[in-house]
Amino acid sequence: MIKRSFLGLVKPKLEMPPVPEGRFEIKAVPTPGRVTLLLEKPKDPRLASDTVALSKGDRVKTGQKICLSSDSTVYTLSPVTGTVFQVSPSIGDFGTTYIAVSIEVEPEDVFDEAFQERMKQPDAALAREHLSALPGSPPFGAFFRENASIDTLCIMGVDSDFLSTTQRYILAHQRGALKRGIDGLKTLTGVERIVLAVPAGADPQLVDLGAEVREVFTRYPHTLPQLLMQTLFGQTVPAGKTCEDLGTVFFSAEAVAALGEAMQHGRFPGHKVLTVTGKDQTAHMVTARIGTPVREIFNMLEIETQELDRIVFGGPMTGSAVYSEDQPILPHTDAVFVQDRSRIPPISQNPCINCGECVRICPARIPVNMLVRYLEAGRYDEAADLYDLHCCIACGLCSFVCVARIPIFQYIRLGKYELERMHAAEANHA
Amino acid sequence: MPDSKKFIVSHAPFWHDGSHITTRNYHTLLAALPAVIFGMIQYGMPAVGVVSLAVSSAMIWEYLLNRITRQPVTIGDGNAALIGLLFAMLLPATSPWWMVITGTLVAILVGKEIYGGIGGNPFHPTLVAVAILMLSWKDLFDFDAALVDYEFDFAVAYPLAALKHFGAWAVEGFTPGGLLMGNQIGGIGSTFGLGIVAGGIYLALRGIIRWEISVSFLAGVFITALIFNLADGARYAGPLFHLFTGYTLIGAFFFATEDSSSPVNFIPMLIYGAGGGILTVLIRNIGVYLDGVVFALLIMNIANPLLDKLRPKALGKVI
Ligand code: SF4
Ligand code: SF4
Repeated sequence: MIKRSFLGLVKPKLEMPPVPEGRFEIKAVPTPGRVTLLLEKPKDPRLASDTVALSKGDRVKTGQKICLSSDSTVYTLSPVTGTVFQVSPSIGDFGTTYIAVSIEVEPEDVFDEAFQERMKQPDAALAREHLSALPGSPPFGAFFRENASIDTLCIMGVDSDFLSTTQRYILAHQRGALKRGIDGLKTLTGVERIVLAVPAGADPQLVDLGAEVREVFTRYPHTLPQLLMQTLFGQTVPAGKTCEDLGTVFFSAEAVAALGEAMQHGRFPGHKVLTVTGKDQTAHMVTARIGTPVREIFNMLEIETQELDRIVFGGPMTGSAVYSEDQPILPHTDAVFVQDRSRIPPISQNPCINCGECVRICPARIPVNMLVRYLEAGRYDEAADLYDLHCCIACGLCSFVCVARIPIFQYIRLGKYELERMHAAEANHA
Repeated sequence: MPDSKKFIVSHAPFWHDGSHITTRNYHTLLAALPAVIFGMIQYGMPAVGVVSLAVSSAMIWEYLLNRITRQPVTIGDGNAALIGLLFAMLLPATSPWWMVITGTLVAILVGKEIYGGIGGNPFHPTLVAVAILMLSWKDLFDFDAALVDYEFDFAVAYPLAALKHFGAWAVEGFTPGGLLMGNQIGGIGSTFGLGIVAGGIYLALRGIIRWEISVSFLAGVFITALIFNLADGARYAGPLFHLFTGYTLIGAFFFATEDSSSPVNFIPMLIYGAGGGILTVLIRNIGVYLDGVVFALLIMNIANPLLDKLRPKALGKVI
């Protein structure tokens, strides 16, 4: 954990530790007996009874598409061959609901012919209808939004949060797949400008991959897309807009490599690279099938967990905690870490003391000290109008430094969520 | 699924840099110690008595008010102790016991708790108490009278009083070096300039106080005093005299910088500090009070919410 330096006057150095040189030792997690896939349901309450066209006992093949019955753009591809064991609803945070599909895995992969057939004519529709489920979750959906005009693709060869070396691993060790993936991206999307963001001092040979190589800071929060937009393209994302609105889509290096692999073999690559950090802070690189319960990974790495520890999917700044070791690895899970119960920083009930640490560290220059007062009082409209709630780029640093240990970032997420809900309700009644 | 292990689910971020309100307060107490210990040595047991009484009574008041208002008990965070200690540092060593405990009651009750406790106070709680006592019992802050029984190897005359009553020539005997080393009478913890500056620098380096405020406050005092001094050197003392006497240094490092009542943005901090410094010298030189720090800072506290509206444009803000 990064601590405040003795000289508090200097800003904390949030440098990402460099990736160790040479070959990584990467361990393969054995295919588990059962995997679980999650499909996020649309927010619309009318679709609450949504489900998938599968039931217990149905057989699925590797690469077979599983989609919601109401909305075929919400889909995933089965990373294994096996028999459906259970289809059940499941809940995430801030009102998200999922359909969880559990599959009993067969030892031999049988590859789905429909997917193989479809891979023979790579076009935009293929990307939209199948490839968003690749490991790394390539955001192909962005090309099909209304008024979308995407002119730049940015491939992230840097990891955006701490405790993850996944993207840098891919950059160093899956060059072939990356190159094929970059070619594939050009074919599928027709976008000419492909930028590869790499850590400073990266291998100069990366230019051979066929993308414009640009070095970026590996200092948090400069690795977040909104700030990369500034560093790379000199563009500021206006509040309430996304990078996609400005014509740039971010792909993880892993997504591109997975695309390359899928194009080469005509098969769905159901494996994911993950950085797993145990309680002793040692990081392990592993590959696992999508849908593997995190427990299997812990078992293989001999990471012990106890009651009241914390398991986090993603990084320490932006990840999310899960409540069970049954939680499956998702296509976009780059990192998993376990925090011992004794190392979980307690939050407190103190009010803001106006120390200003949050204001100084906020990369979006938000007056967080004032914002948090309005959010605590539930006055979300004023928080947005007067104190720039929508400018927040979700880096979490304000909570990280808060002297009063207020869960500021949680209030911010809640505020944004509540406003969205209120506006949706207004729109429905209008 | 038979998974009985319960994990902690909470929201990102999952790391914290380890800072804490309590640590901040204890470090501030620590930074104040050199000046306090010097005062205790200089004034002996009466000073020890005032400091002990102020710190303990402030904590007791806070405890009682916490209980009465049924709030969580917060004396552990060190803030009440700090308010009490800072109060004692401004008092003459011979202050009567009833004044000390009245002062801490006012500081904790009127200065802090009625606004909802730490972080809610628009003014520095200690300054509120000192201002009310100064207005109620003016004589108690007459350092010349209060400390008349002491004998030192330097002039037992409150420098600011000498200046006000007799003009600049009367304070020619005070050298800046002597003042900085505490060769002057005054509040228990406010005369040993060197100790206060050392404590202040410690706090600034640790990032506990905002150095911009202290520096701009001192600059405000210096420049304003210099202008007066250049205009009429016989009536108005020089800038160094103003820097090292009265409550200037303790004000700059321990009062102006209180978190809740001061701004956090860069330009507002400069305006706030400089404004406090300018007002201090104006009150000293042309006002009726001997020392202007207390009132100058209270006035700037009022301006604080307004000042902090001057802030940089947020990232991607569309107007
Ligand atoms: S999470 Fe906090 S620090 Fe980060 S951009 Fe938002 S308000 Fe600023
Ligand atoms: S860091 Fe926490 S206590 Fe300090 S000003 Fe920000 S919200 Fe308030």
